[in-house]
Amino acid sequence: MRINDKLWAMMLIGLFSLTVLVTPAFAEASAEAATGGHAWWFWPIILFIVTFIMGILAVLGGVGGGVLYVPIISGFFPFHLDFVRGTGLLVALSGALAAGPGLLKMNLASLRLAIPVALIASTCAIIGAMIGLALPTNIVQISLGVTILGICILMLTAKKSTVPDVPQADRLSSALRICGVYQEASTGEIIDWKVHRTPLGLGLFVLIGIMAGMFGLGAGWANVPALNLLMGAPLKISVATSKFLLSITDTSAAWIYVNKGCVIPLMVVPSLVGIMLGSFVGVRLLKIAKPTFIRWMVIGILAFAGVKALSKGLGF
Amino acid sequence: MEEKTQDLLKASPEQILYAKILEKGMYLGLLILFITFGLYTFGILDPYIPLDKVSEYWSYNVNDYLHHAEIKAGWAWLGMLKYGDFINFIGIAILSGVTILCYAAIVPTLLKNNDKVYAILAVIEVIILSAAASGILAVGH
Repeated sequence: MRINDKLWAMMLIGLFSLTVLVTPAFAEASAEAATGGHAWWFWPIILFIVTFIMGILAVLGGVGGGVLYVPIISGFFPFHLDFVRGTGLLVALSGALAAGPGLLKMNLASLRLAIPVALIASTCAIIGAMIGLALPTNIVQISLGVTILGICILMLTAKKSTVPDVPQADRLSSALRICGVYQEASTGEIIDWKVHRTPLGLGLFVLIGIMAGMFGLGAGWANVPALNLLMGAPLKISVATSKFLLSITDTSAAWIYVNKGCVIPLMVVPSLVGIMLGSFVGVRLLKIAKPTFIRWMVIGILAFAGVKALSKGLGF
Repeated sequence: MEEKTQDLLKASPEQILYAKILEKGMYLGLLILFITFGLYTFGILDPYIPLDKVSEYWSYNVNDYLHHAEIKAGWAWLGMLKYGDFINFIGIAILSGVTILCYAAIVPTLLKNNDKVYAILAVIEVIILSAAASGILAVGH
């Protein structure tokens, strides 16, 4: 790792640790912190700083903003999980809306692949949101902790396949004509792609949708392995389609949270701006930083947030 | 042959249409959200919950928050747009609603291309997202 990379990584870790570790000190005295002692802009500014760094880390670590946002903000800030999930979905939705048009125009995100998958995922996200809002908070918090730790394991173990071998398209994907062509920019190679195991893949999106809605996490962490490893879509198509897919899945779940009242603009806008600006900076840093170390760090932070969510849910 | 490959590399007409609407909706929603947030935080529009009181509510669960702040859930915010905090919901609704518009817009193109299955899937998606947006799917703790 070059000096520059180390410097960046240390700066990010320092800033992130400072904000995340210092805020619980305020949050511990949440009754006091929530009601007074600080000017109204204190928490929105802290939220902006943390989400800005989160946006950088999310890009460098190859994860969505939503998956970092919910466990970290619910674990270390005085906001109730209901509002964190509502905001988390809007944060993930905005990121997907910002990326979606470009990915569709470049034909990297495939509408033909997304439409059937999105129908299942968005329907199940509604069910997930309804379950998540109906369950007691500590149960959701415990389940969130377990899910986050599961995501860490998935990030550590899941392999990726640039262009998976799909000997033959299955009958359902053939009937739906889920296939396409794209040009690999680095090599100029034209890649003809198709998918297989479509019924199984669609079945998996039942679970992915429920989890996305229940925890407000976004679901890129699950979409990509499902599309790439299970259904056999090329990695670039899977990543792009997954990002676009979030704009549909999170729309359905976000409406449930918005209609329930789980939206406080003073939380939403600083979070949204923070993540978006952080992502812009992250994309620029991506050119000079080696993301492997950052990815390990993101997994570490997620694991820490997962344990925190578990302990909070269990009342420790 | 070369021409055919180039055609295949291009996004389909419905995909381009979807992308264009999504892009416009996203920019509009974000622009309105930023403007209304400015009106709210700079005190140009008085909020329903004073800015220095918001932190008293965000540690409650949503039901207690609605009860203590005397706010109705669902689309009741439409009747509270004179307040600086509730005007922010316009941008949020646009960002959350643009996908429904995108789906509805591609149905005629899909039908024109005789892609009936995808047209039906798109219509079902519009119905599902609209049901979620309508607030009829109410839940509680």
